[in-house]
Amino acid sequence: MRALIAKHKRRDVLFALLGLLALMIGILTFAALFVDMALRGFGRLDLDFFTSFPSRHAGQAGILSAWVGSTLVMAVTAAFAVPLGVAAGVYLEEYARKNWVTDLIEINITNLAGVPSIVYGLLALGLFVYQFGLGQSILSAGLTLALLILPVVIVATREAIRSIPQIIREGSYALGATRWQTVRYHILPYSSAGILTGIIIGMARAIGETAPIITIGALTFIAFLPPAPLQAEPPYLSFEWLLSPFTVMPIQMFNWTSRPEAAFQANAAAAGFVLVAMTLAMNALAIWLRYRLRRNIKW
Amino acid sequence: MLFLAALVSVFTTAGIVYILVKESVLFFRHVPVWSFLTDTQWTPLFDDAHFGIMVLLSGTLTSSMVALSIAIPLGTVIAIYLSEFAPYRLREFAKPLLELLGGVPTIVYGYFALLFVTPLLQRLYPGLPGFNLLAAGLVMGVMIIPYVASISEDAMRAVPMSLREGSYAMGATRMQTALRVVFPGAFSGVAAAYILGISRAVGETMIVAVAAGMQPNLTFNPLEPAATITTYIVQVALGDVPHGSIAYQTIFAAGLTLMLLTLVFNVAGHVLRKRFRETY
Repeated sequence: MRALIAKHKRRDVLFALLGLLALMIGILTFAALFVDMALRGFGRLDLDFFTSFPSRHAGQAGILSAWVGSTLVMAVTAAFAVPLGVAAGVYLEEYARKNWVTDLIEINITNLAGVPSIVYGLLALGLFVYQFGLGQSILSAGLTLALLILPVVIVATREAIRSIPQIIREGSYALGATRWQTVRYHILPYSSAGILTGIIIGMARAIGETAPIITIGALTFIAFLPPAPLQAEPPYLSFEWLLSPFTVMPIQMFNWTSRPEAAFQANAAAAGFVLVAMTLAMNALAIWLRYRLRRNIKW
Repeated sequence: MLFLAALVSVFTTAGIVYILVKESVLFFRHVPVWSFLTDTQWTPLFDDAHFGIMVLLSGTLTSSMVALSIAIPLGTVIAIYLSEFAPYRLREFAKPLLELLGGVPTIVYGYFALLFVTPLLQRLYPGLPGFNLLAAGLVMGVMIIPYVASISEDAMRAVPMSLREGSYAMGATRMQTALRVVFPGAFSGVAAAYILGISRAVGETMIVAVAAGMQPNLTFNPLEPAATITTYIVQVALGDVPHGSIAYQTIFAAGLTLMLLTLVFNVAGHVLRKRFRETY
């Protein structure tokens, strides 16, 4: 009996060690990845790297067109995904009646989250690029990524809204507020941190997406910037950049990675380092926000 | 207004189905479905064109199998450990870390597979080619671990404490409780996590595009280079393919295959969830 108990206790400890080991494998792989990239790419990380266009000569190549492209695409993505996602989330939580249309929408959102990102690329190629004639432009790419992260934003919005207790709504209605006033002055402000977390996670995902953007035909070698959105003469604001060809960070990295020369691979490492640093910073911000949120809210 | 925003998701699905089916119908006018399914060569860009999706499917399945043989056991063990064994502070520290791991762009993992893992594996198997499914699959597995672990752990945490207490009261150890009470109780959620992992593996693009080479190869041997459905789409998109040509239509046929494949897994997941759902 005593031996049996000892045996089972030993198994317990062994399993705990196995678990710790598995966790370590995951984390150490990531550490190896990060350190390897930092070591290889560190020599290339200077100011020139950020202010130069890609070049045939690895030593002079930089990521200027890539990071500008990424920033502009992200701006378009946010401009579409945030209002649409938040509106859809609010509708589903506060307005939707329980009927087949709502069911259909909910099933759709769950399924869309599981669709491979390259399929979104095919959708965009067929629909935005050719059917709508938007071309292989920043606008097409931004719209594609907006559709891609829409489920993330919707789900985050719904979860944030669902965690607001019913008494808040009842209090607002009791004071004669309409449904819209309740949403505008109570639901949205109280759920804003949770929604923001979802948006940041979605944007972090969008910034690293490569496959759908390659599919719509982003170029890999761009040695110019899109036209500036602000101009010296009236009407000052220009939207020409929306239809400009572009490249983004992950595509630039892909291009450099697939070359055999070691010098270009060092560039890829440096670009990858910047990319990982950006997504890590965004994700860390989201996690920190969520943590603060959990601590500060006491209903 | 809000209702229209919610409908965007329905339009997206409809748009995906419409585009994929429309272009695939044009494709299947040139290529009979039967030869698409049974031909053992995939050479759509050659003069002597063959369209055997099996070739691409073999690459997709092989790399996914490698990835899942890493991600499912490790992810499950991590989930059980974090949910049942780990001290509170370790769990609060490890979960966000895992989430960070899941947020790394896949192109970065692709770089890692090609320039770090492959040279490492070549030391073990000196004959390994520079592009191979094994390195791609292994790294893909590591990429999928966080998804599997995180969702399974949530499912296990949702198992009520009273079940655990009952098990402990009967004299069970932690491991017996974890494996015979908590894991079966959370199985529907864990199955959902596996299904998500499978969908990720099948649809993963950049890791295989970078590390597995892009030549079509009918093989189930992970030590060889091969193209997958997704890398074929990338390869065609990188070249200059005229709109409306047969090569342009093949990527939609390939996309449709991919979509159907993930749909099968999602439906299977749904059935599994329904059958094994425990209500407390």
